[in-house]
Amino acid sequence: MKFSAVSLARQALSGHKDWPAQWRSPEPKRYYDAIIVGAGGHGLATAYYMAKEHGIANVAVLEKGWLGGGNTGRNTTIIRSNYLWEASEGIYGHAHKLWPGLSQELNYNVMFSPRGVMLLAHNHHDEQAFRRHIHANRLAGIPNEWLTPEQARDFCPILNIDANIRYPVRGAALQRTGGTARHDAVAWGYARGASARGVDIIQNCEVKAILRDASGAVTGVETTKGEIATRKIGVVAAGNTSVVMAMAGLRMPLESFPLQALVSEPLKPVMPCVVMSNAVHAYMSQSDKGELVIGAGTDGYVSYSQTGGPHIAVSTLEAICEMFPITSRLKMLRNWGGIVDTTPDRSPILSKTPVAGLYVNCGWGTGGFKATPGSGHVFAHLLATGEPNEIAAPFALDRFRSGNLVNEATAAAVAH
Amino acid sequence: MLLIHCPYCEMERPEVEFKYGGQAHLVREPQKATDEEWTDFLYFRDNTRGLHAERWRHAVGCGRFFNCLRDTVSDKIAATYKAGEPRPSSP
Repeated sequence: MKFSAVSLARQALSGHKDWPAQWRSPEPKRYYDAIIVGAGGHGLATAYYMAKEHGIANVAVLEKGWLGGGNTGRNTTIIRSNYLWEASEGIYGHAHKLWPGLSQELNYNVMFSPRGVMLLAHNHHDEQAFRRHIHANRLAGIPNEWLTPEQARDFCPILNIDANIRYPVRGAALQRTGGTARHDAVAWGYARGASARGVDIIQNCEVKAILRDASGAVTGVETTKGEIATRKIGVVAAGNTSVVMAMAGLRMPLESFPLQALVSEPLKPVMPCVVMSNAVHAYMSQSDKGELVIGAGTDGYVSYSQTGGPHIAVSTLEAICEMFPITSRLKMLRNWGGIVDTTPDRSPILSKTPVAGLYVNCGWGTGGFKATPGSGHVFAHLLATGEPNEIAAPFALDRFRSGNLVNEATAAAVAH
Repeated sequence: MLLIHCPYCEMERPEVEFKYGGQAHLVREPQKATDEEWTDFLYFRDNTRGLHAERWRHAVGCGRFFNCLRDTVSDKIAATYKAGEPRPSSP
């Protein structure tokens, strides 16, 4: 059904008791034209665009847990596209162009809010790196501008620009078109749109093995709900990608780390934008419910625990208290972790693999949410046609052998 | 926070004293390696879900590298052992 003022009024008359389920929950069929492993934002978006733009709707999205319960539901919802290299500007810029129209496209309010994303520079190196990013972005047609500390404070009035603090603000790079969106709604909107076009979303269905024929090509998957045949598998399993790919005998250039986030008790509106500081690993914005949403850094070791050490969250909160003194007596309501799959060059992998019929979309690391629409869009093309388009091509797995890295890691080894 | 037993200091110390050093027992042989093997050495990792052999350095203690067997789902450490010693059989 379509959401509209009329449907809202009609449902209101019946006390909102007759809204239908947003997507079907079918039992798996015996054969699909393609199977996507992982029902997070990227996997669901892939299925949606395969059905919509490539006419391939006999697709299943398999999810071992619940839809959108991994990093899609655990991130801090920041959207921006101010990366350094042209290849990155290609993929993140593509996603950024899809965000403003996404609610209309899906007929589902994803609450995209381009309120501006400000990256703080705390030292000479930051300043040089950000100015270089600004120039690179503007050459690529991606908006980004430099702010003095006073201009940064004007843009975010609760920011402390005192010159005598431990990490003083020396300026900031502002992308006014950046912002946030409602992460769950993105997953739900794509799920609803894909399901309406015939895609089967199967939750609580864990892939246990990848089946292959004598030539090595994929023939299906073995799952907790039985065997399902297919000739094409797209693995979009984020932190668990290495585990799924190992079922086909492949090792990946990935390491999975816990990344933590927190939300505070709700406040009246105090923060009109997103502020990020890569140097101190602290990211903050205010949700529409009023909570301050805070992103921390990664824990330093491989883990699948979906938690993390308290000292990581503590160091982020110390930085937050210094940058925003208004928060110093604020209570935190929740703290959680997600498992992020990081690549050596901090850029994603959208690629064919040495196994015929097996494709992979992974390595989004600490910043995949912003790319959700673009990632799904180009990966759908790769799965449907068997070849990457020009946006996806630089992110092939082979780049680690050829040396054509898309190096978004700087000296601090975080994605800038 | 992990509590890690340093096999040199023979003390259990908090994680903040240590620095993670990645997957253990990787062999570096640039003279003998083919392009594929060298790529593998530089970039590809097991990224094990389960018992994982990894290097740690007691950065603000003795400063030495050692190896550790840790379950990456529960984060429980099964054993730590000195660099150069073989991986202990799974407990």
